[in-house]
Amino acid sequence: MTTLGDLVLKVRSKNAGPFWVTIDVFCDDPAVYDRLTSDLSTDRVAALYRTAPETLKRFDIPDLRVIKFSLPRPVIQGAASDRDMHGAQYAALLEELTID
Amino acid sequence: MTTRVLVPSGVLGLGFDRAALERGVALSPDIICIDGGSTDSGPFSLGAGQSKYSRAATKSEWRSLMQARAQAGVPLVIGTAGTCGTDSTVDWMFDITVELARELGQTLRVARLYSQQPTARVAEALEAGRISPLPPAPDIRLDDLTTIVALAGAEQIQAALATGADIVIAGRTTDTATIAALPLSRGDAAGGVWHGAKIAECGALCSTNPTSGVIMVDFDHDGFTVEPLADGARCTPHSVSAHMLYENSDPFRLYEPGGYLDVTGARYTALDDRRVRVEGSSWVPGPYTVKLEGARIAGWQTTILAILRNAHYAQNAQAWVDRLTGFLQAEIATRMGLDPADYGLEFRLIGVNGALGPLENRTGSPVEVGVLGIVTARTQAEAAEIGKLINPFVLHYPLTDDEELPTFAFPYSPATTDRGPLYEFALNHVMALDDPMSAFRLTVTEVTP
Repeated sequence: MTTLGDLVLKVRSKNAGPFWVTIDVFCDDPAVYDRLTSDLSTDRVAALYRTAPETLKRFDIPDLRVIKFSLPRPVIQGAASDRDMHGAQYAALLEELTID
Repeated sequence: MTTRVLVPSGVLGLGFDRAALERGVALSPDIICIDGGSTDSGPFSLGAGQSKYSRAATKSEWRSLMQARAQAGVPLVIGTAGTCGTDSTVDWMFDITVELARELGQTLRVARLYSQQPTARVAEALEAGRISPLPPAPDIRLDDLTTIVALAGAEQIQAALATGADIVIAGRTTDTATIAALPLSRGDAAGGVWHGAKIAECGALCSTNPTSGVIMVDFDHDGFTVEPLADGARCTPHSVSAHMLYENSDPFRLYEPGGYLDVTGARYTALDDRRVRVEGSSWVPGPYTVKLEGARIAGWQTTILAILRNAHYAQNAQAWVDRLTGFLQAEIATRMGLDPADYGLEFRLIGVNGALGPLENRTGSPVEVGVLGIVTARTQAEAAEIGKLINPFVLHYPLTDDEELPTFAFPYSPATTDRGPLYEFALNHVMALDDPMSAFRLTVTEVTP
């Protein structure tokens, strides 16, 4: 079983202001980038973060071999139910996603 | 005209390489710019009007920068002073500056740019249709906000520099505004200026040695050149272009007061093994709006932490807190007359799903589970009272009726901690301005040792 984290250099997440979280997948290897641009579906990532696919922004950036996802934070930063003030642990979900 | 901007670090309070700073001063910069904050640590700083960094760390670094400024003979600018850029943190930074001027024997003209907004001004703008939401914006409600700030852009920093100030202490600004102000007023290419400012705003984070801090950016008519100044730090086309991803929901666009930066056409070229040249970014002018940030008190909190090490309880932690919560709600209703809608009581399982909550999709057999109880109530007294009421049950409550009373591990005494107010971010809106200075004010002071 291969996870996305096994294939790529790094997966990083961070707040983009209090209302958004952004997740960067650094593929490094062009072959991995090409594979993930086709095998990693936006719908699957949206389901992972329980957000509607139409609210998930996706950027495939070939020059950097990066796939970037941005979504409205599941909980606004600092709200009573927020568990991760900097949004940096959201990356773990994508890192552990299995890739067929 | 070429404009050389020295950026000592991504934020004041986090440290920088002092030798690299000296190297930067020796290269004759036209201005020294540093950021003082962001919303990244959460709403507390804005709500309370306090810096998150210690005064001692801030003063020690500001001393080095004030010495560098005196040596270079150029203005020193800090944006978003004191983490949140409220009037109180601008004045906090000003007090530190006055103290240091005395200690260093410096005579200075200091301009303070205030970004805090009276609620009445924002209410009036809302009434006049000059406030627009950004997605996803919370419903706008102004009556109970403790603090509102507007993010100043380059224009307000230019106004502060035009006073002839040696030091500008700015309230809330965009991350890029302090760096962009001088090159823009000298006519350097706007696309290159905003792009270079975004690349440099986190200091050496755009290089291969992120913690070294110090970065120099040369702006001109066609773009900019960026160079890290610490030994062994390098900027590469990859490290520089990848920085547009950082804390940015759209890696090609950056909105600023009066327009946006578009980097789709940017070309990144290595000039040598440490400097990168960037050309081709564009600036797209638009209506003049400033972003607003606001905070309110959303309740008062008391917390309690218990550790379940007994295997039976560690394995059944979720069932235990579910049963405990139902029991406690009934106890709180009976003893305090409070309905569950009047307060918040949440138990988070550290070791099970503490960071991700409902999004967690992995399970395992933890050795132990930390149970973090968070009470949110209408006053601190009420939160503390609920905390004391639940304390013995969090310590002793059984998983089933027919077992002996357990006793869990409390790591300290008293087991409850009063956290004070819980602040929440309340605005994700922009306010349209006819005159950029109409929502900001400047105070100029001659400071003598």
